[in-house]
Amino acid sequence: MLKMIKKYLLSGEDFSLAGEASSNFKGVLKKLGIDPMVIRRVAIAMYEAEINTIVHGKGGECEAEIAGGKISLVFCDKGPGIENIDLAMQEGYSTATDEIRELGFGAGMGLPNIKRYTDDMQIETQPGKGTKLTLTINL
Amino acid sequence: MLLSEIKSVLNASVISGENEEELNKKEIKMACGCDLMSDVLAFVKEQSLLLTGLINSQVIRTAEMMDIVAVCFVRGKMPTEDVIELAKEKEITLLQTDYPLYLACGKLYNKGLGAEND
Repeated sequence: MLKMIKKYLLSGEDFSLAGEASSNFKGVLKKLGIDPMVIRRVAIAMYEAEINTIVHGKGGECEAEIAGGKISLVFCDKGPGIENIDLAMQEGYSTATDEIRELGFGAGMGLPNIKRYTDDMQIETQPGKGTKLTLTINL
Repeated sequence: MLLSEIKSVLNASVISGENEEELNKKEIKMACGCDLMSDVLAFVKEQSLLLTGLINSQVIRTAEMMDIVAVCFVRGKMPTEDVIELAKEKEITLLQTDYPLYLACGKLYNKGLGAEND
């Protein structure tokens, strides 16, 4: 049974680096010969979550694990947290700044996109303390 | 449609990537005209061309995640050298056209690119 774990530090300092972790993990999955459709779903969900962690969470970390027939991605940040999860899940709702919009994000599609491409999504968040996002994609 | 034909329809120049022979080998099945990377992440299929007026590194990252074959910058926009380098590293062809987004998409659509996906 396939098993591995990767940890990524996501710096909140430099937006231009956003996507490096997702790019790296996508390469790992390719080398392991994972189904391309699964890789695509993981890459999209991870990239959206990485962007969120960096721009909204002000940086954090991601633990990516392959075990037990599934891929788990856990993102933790110590950012401002999500005040209203129901609103954040609505397509089009966004709290993004102009800086984020200039990157081509901040259209309120992040969390809905992540949900669309994963088999399970759990959000634990506390306003002022941070957010933990756990994503599961079955192999 | 081959990337070489797209280059010709859009009167585009190649910023990074292929020579003419390589452009003749890359086939594009769909195109997406969009400045919103989250929409690209939500809807784009494989073997696509992305036309956009956005020129930062997140365009290349988005293309990489979506297995987008080529990106064409519209309105004569030119990305910075680090963005071009990233595209080279990821083997994503970069084109540039002077046409605005609407016209560039219209010209490709008229030639039949993506019309069968209606």
